[in-house]
Amino acid sequence: MGDFRFDIIGDYFPLFMKGMGYTIGISIVSILLGAILGLAIGFGKMSPRWYLSWPVSGYINFFRGTPLILQILIMHFMIVPLFLDKTNAIAAAIAALSLNSAAYTGEIYRAGIQSIDPGQREAAYSLGMTRFQAMRHVILPQAVKRMIPAFGNEFIVLVKDSSLISVIAVPEIMYWANAAKGQYLRVWEPYLTAAVIYFVLTYLLNKLLQYVERKV
Amino acid sequence: MSGPIIQVKGLNKFFGANQVLRDIDLEVARQEVVVVIGPSGSGKSTMLRCLNLLEKPDSGEVRIEGKSLLDPATKITEMRAEAGMVFQRFNLFPHMSVLENITLAPIRVRGWPAEKAKAKATELLRKVGLSEKAAARPDSLSGGQAQRVAIARALAMEPKIMLFDEPTSALDPEMVGEVLNVMKELASEGMTMVVVTHEMGFAREVGDRVLFMEQGRIVETGTPQELFEAPRQERTRAFLSKVL
Repeated sequence: MGDFRFDIIGDYFPLFMKGMGYTIGISIVSILLGAILGLAIGFGKMSPRWYLSWPVSGYINFFRGTPLILQILIMHFMIVPLFLDKTNAIAAAIAALSLNSAAYTGEIYRAGIQSIDPGQREAAYSLGMTRFQAMRHVILPQAVKRMIPAFGNEFIVLVKDSSLISVIAVPEIMYWANAAKGQYLRVWEPYLTAAVIYFVLTYLLNKLLQYVERKV
Repeated sequence: MSGPIIQVKGLNKFFGANQVLRDIDLEVARQEVVVVIGPSGSGKSTMLRCLNLLEKPDSGEVRIEGKSLLDPATKITEMRAEAGMVFQRFNLFPHMSVLENITLAPIRVRGWPAEKAKAKATELLRKVGLSEKAAARPDSLSGGQAQRVAIARALAMEPKIMLFDEPTSALDPEMVGEVLNVMKELASEGMTMVVVTHEMGFAREVGDRVLFMEQGRIVETGTPQELFEAPRQERTRAFLSKVL
């Protein structure tokens, strides 16, 4: 440890920065896609119709019950090649992360919506509102407020979990840390650098979320 | 159109294996104030909630102005818009101001322009004595104020009937009067009202007819005078001796 080589960090700094760009970009796209798909998952889970709620429960159980790294590998080597001529690591990464995230955000939506007093829905119905109007104007505005902390937590988890997509060679932070390790046969410098970058990202994200929570 | 505005025939309702309403028959005339009394668990709230389908009857018939609520062709949202409801726990929308609580449904359901809805809400707030609270948040109101806003919210839809589900049961005693006064005024203006309540004074003073319910049945019905002074049924007598 005495001979810590800052020159390795210097050499790899531009690559780490590019990697950070991938981490941020893929995380944002995945959380957004996951949030949209999660809406369908959440409402599907709450549906009184078994042919909607059962498949959705299966979906949630699969994505929560198997390792994310396995989901990424399956997506990359088995699913994406079915649709594209040859597999695409970034597409596979985004698909796996957002499908996985949807399973969790779906539960966040469901819990948030079900936490609202049933009297609110009844009041909306008694005024002649449709189910959609009651959801849109009465339930969701209140539920979203309660979902924000859980949502922020999910976003932070996703940023960290995105490191797993280095196994399919997406050139994000962890990928470059491994590359530096391979080139110099040293672990401290690349891994500590990666740790610092992830920490700064999640720290700033956390601050941002606290700000949003206060604002809403 | 003449004839009763509310017609209920042979209404039955189960919660699981538990029958909470048994063969309820009821007719309410235009401008009539019907007060429903009875011990808790007697089914009076459930009956009221069947009148705007917040609870779905298992069998029987509910008609509002001759239109069956249970006919699949009936648009239930349109029927509910004609029946204002006031809840025990107010159920104001906490994320909106008092004014927005009142204008939401007229704008979204009736399709009124915002200006018209606002004018109506302002008029109703004056009527319930809360003009200065238009911009307030519901959680800053006392229980009595919140319930008066809830009444204004229901009235903003210009309903043909008003349903009250124990509107004063969640209030501190000193606030009961202000809510009952608003209801009295409404009754004197000719609003058709069905009121589930434990306020016997209100039943006596404002009710055109009082209904006593027990174990899911309407045991006895009559004018306040008949029911309170000369109840015919032993069970009515037993109940009244406990609450009067």
